[in-house]
Amino acid sequence: MLRYLIPLGLFLVLVVFLAIGLGRDPREVPSPLINKAAPTFRLPQLQDPGKTFSAEDMRGKVWILNVWASWCVSCRDEHPLLIEYAKSGAVPIYGLNWKDKREDALAWLDELGDPYVLSAADLDGRIAIDYGVYGAPETYLIDQSGVIRHKHIGAVTPDVWKDKFMPLVQQLNREGAAK
Amino acid sequence: MTRARLLVTLLLISLLASVAFSQVRREPPVIDDPALELRLNKLSQELRCLVCQNETLADSRADLAEDLRDEIREQMKAGKSDKEIIAFLTERYGQFILYRPQVTPATYLLWFGPFILLLGGLAILFYYIKQRRDQIAEQPLSSDERRRAEEMLRSGSGKETA
Repeated sequence: MLRYLIPLGLFLVLVVFLAIGLGRDPREVPSPLINKAAPTFRLPQLQDPGKTFSAEDMRGKVWILNVWASWCVSCRDEHPLLIEYAKSGAVPIYGLNWKDKREDALAWLDELGDPYVLSAADLDGRIAIDYGVYGAPETYLIDQSGVIRHKHIGAVTPDVWKDKFMPLVQQLNREGAAK
Repeated sequence: MTRARLLVTLLLISLLASVAFSQVRREPPVIDDPALELRLNKLSQELRCLVCQNETLADSRADLAEDLRDEIREQMKAGKSDKEIIAFLTERYGQFILYRPQVTPATYLLWFGPFILLLGGLAILFYYIKQRRDQIAEQPLSSDERRRAEEMLRSGSGKETA
């Protein structure tokens, strides 16, 4: 009996490992920046290049930084969702326009609507390297003291928004109010 | 018939050509310092391209890989050591960017796991062989079995000579 059970047991272990392996997204690389200070930057604003935007400007607020580009296909999928999230008013969403052309980016926002309070233009992608960006869209949740609390790679689906972002936003706001 | 085939071939060739021409890449940077490029190439062999994850940063033609190579080039020009550059990259992209992961407690299983499996396999094999040998040695033939074996041998050899 045992001689049949042992291979079966080993096989089941293998199946469990493979099932876990298949369920994971190999493109999702854990970011070392979680719970670290968001890298500082000062970039020209997309709509108004005369003005700049810095992560420092957001001190004291919980906010979301969404990396996007007009050439990015999944960003197009994500866009109507972002507009919805922005409308809910739960948390301000700022854009980081990554390696884009200004006129392309503006045309994109004209066509599809603009969920962002404003977008910072990282036209040469230098700031994105500081943020460990390797594929758009990527979304960061940053707390009142400028620490990255969550990073999501790929489109923020309603499930991710509801289960990951919203609880954290609420928790951070509560902590902020308690202080 | 042959004409149609020629037409199809020409069409295919033109298609291929259009694909080739549509892959316009940015101009490679002017190599003003061959030693630095060599160093860059050597270092980026050790780094992973995050877009096409099975390629090194040196081999990849992804846009991000070009950016990262530019970044490394700039840092080398600024006099940073390879170690400092690797620290800069792992701070942002994590251990994943290293093609050869460092030996840390988190990667012990990765580095030593195969050897543990090998040793475990050898131990099981050794134990199995030893057990079998003991089993065989423990069971001498009974007198009945011996008689039957001798009979078989005798009839077998008889057949062979016949």
